[in-house]
Amino acid sequence: MTAEPTTIRGREAGYLRDLSTVAGRALRQIPREPLAVLPAVFVPAFFYAVNLGALENLARGAPGFSYKAFLLPMAIAFAVTGMSRAQMLVTDVVDGYFDRLCLTPVRRSALLLGLMAADVVVILALCLPVLAIGFGIGVRFSTGFAGVLVFLGFSALWGLAFTGFPYAVALKTGSPAAVSATYVVFFPLFFLSDAVVPKPVLTGWFSTIATYNPVTYLLAALRSLISGGWQPNALVEGLAALTGLLVVSMSFALFALRGRTNRGA
Amino acid sequence: MSGGDNAEEDPVNPEGLAVYTKDLVRRYGTTTAVDGIDLSIPRGEVYGFLGPNGAGKSTLIRVLCTLLRPTAGRVLVAGYDVAERPEEVRLRIGVALQEAALDPRQSGRELLVLQGRLYGLSTSEIRGRLRDVLDLVDIAEAIDRRIATYSGGMKRRLDLAAALVHNPEVLFLDEPTTGLDPESRSHVWAEVRRLNAELGITIFLTTQYLEEADILADRVGIINQGRLIAEGSPDVLKHSMGEDLIVAEVEGDGDGALVALRSLGMVSAASRHGDRIVIATPDGPAAISPVALQLGHFGLEVRSITLRSPTLDDVFRELTGTRIETAAAR
Repeated sequence: MTAEPTTIRGREAGYLRDLSTVAGRALRQIPREPLAVLPAVFVPAFFYAVNLGALENLARGAPGFSYKAFLLPMAIAFAVTGMSRAQMLVTDVVDGYFDRLCLTPVRRSALLLGLMAADVVVILALCLPVLAIGFGIGVRFSTGFAGVLVFLGFSALWGLAFTGFPYAVALKTGSPAAVSATYVVFFPLFFLSDAVVPKPVLTGWFSTIATYNPVTYLLAALRSLISGGWQPNALVEGLAALTGLLVVSMSFALFALRGRTNRGA
Repeated sequence: MSGGDNAEEDPVNPEGLAVYTKDLVRRYGTTTAVDGIDLSIPRGEVYGFLGPNGAGKSTLIRVLCTLLRPTAGRVLVAGYDVAERPEEVRLRIGVALQEAALDPRQSGRELLVLQGRLYGLSTSEIRGRLRDVLDLVDIAEAIDRRIATYSGGMKRRLDLAAALVHNPEVLFLDEPTTGLDPESRSHVWAEVRRLNAELGITIFLTTQYLEEADILADRVGIINQGRLIAEGSPDVLKHSMGEDLIVAEVEGDGDGALVALRSLGMVSAASRHGDRIVIATPDGPAAISPVALQLGHFGLEVRSITLRSPTLDDVFRELTGTRIETAAAR
């Protein structure tokens, strides 16, 4: 068998192709590792059910207040937070596959943003079963179908904003254990907000922290879409909080990417 | 035989060479891993870079492949400066690093297709290239299996296929057979020879195996402690030691024996390394008896005496005073 010389040569692929190639590889892994995703549906469903069971009776006295609708954004945020391909990235770093990718002409930022694009797809897919549970128990959107789409957009933005942190840790440390530990950041962010009880009920230091917590504004925006009708203030505040968080987390992630791909001298 | 003599002056056209380095230095903090290396490797050559672990081979290859920036010096690969135009270099090189850097969760085919996409190849081009490289590296049967199920030899072959998908001008192989069994090793050697002979790809390989450098390389560079200490074809390097070597295992001090051996007309060099005395001679069969007599004359008890051809390890030992395996263990 004799090898035939070929005239085919490598060339720059273009940024969109770089992104879609990196994202496509990440998405192909999802059905192969269902245990990495399934808990993200079961855990929020569990918390949703437990909180409803424990606290719904307390809320029944408030006229026009649906605790089921109030709690649904919490379940969504719980489902999508930390849904990132950061573990895949850190494994690539440890295995040396990240170096192999860096030997190709792929743009360095596409190695990160491609994974984040895959995250957005996963996040949107994870929202659907949780929303279906909500619809199944009678939650309805006062803003209609358009409100559902905006709801999904806010959820994706939140997931994306949070996901910058595990990526930054993956690239900075190359440690799978450290990446797992970043999920811990989520708990103070989440529970020091009005995730479980309405903000007017919060008092003292807890209320003060919740006021400065971006999760409070995410949840307020999501809740407004379900039960408050179109409320521009809630949506703008939510968008501003998420954008601020996104800028911070992406800065960390891009800085860490630069450090990882810096060739030194 | 002198390290990098051929690159003392800039060649007329360094851009026309496959690899060109001038005064290449790479430091990590205060540690100098590569210390002033000059290389001029023409296109189509198989160049073997031989040295013990920690000699600077992997650092050098990572500089040439654009993973590391040189601290000082000029480095051109496929005609482009690795510091100024790394993206142009990446389009023209293929690299198989020391540890086969693969994603075990993908199938072999998925990995190769992904590689082709990142190099801008169209779907039909990728299909054609996969056919070509799978023929070359003989892994077609396993191509749709998850990489996690591959043996070490199969991973190396897939790594090589990934390095070839975009039809590179220069192929870098970092210790391509380290950790492989003898059968897999000879398989890789055959593939390297075919790639060079049939496709004309320039191949730069690092190795700590003397036999590998000897068999595969048109020219060999020997590196020790970050410096290029010798360069030339394996035959030229070995013959610089003399036509034959007489190796005697001895006991005793034997003061003056080396001087006396060197004074024998047929001995071109003699040196002692612990209990071993190595004598280089153009005519081993004729020299072995006088050498043995001379050793006995100086009170040395000869435990064994052998006659053999020089190896690259002898060259390394002559230049550094130690064997490659010993240096690797340090």
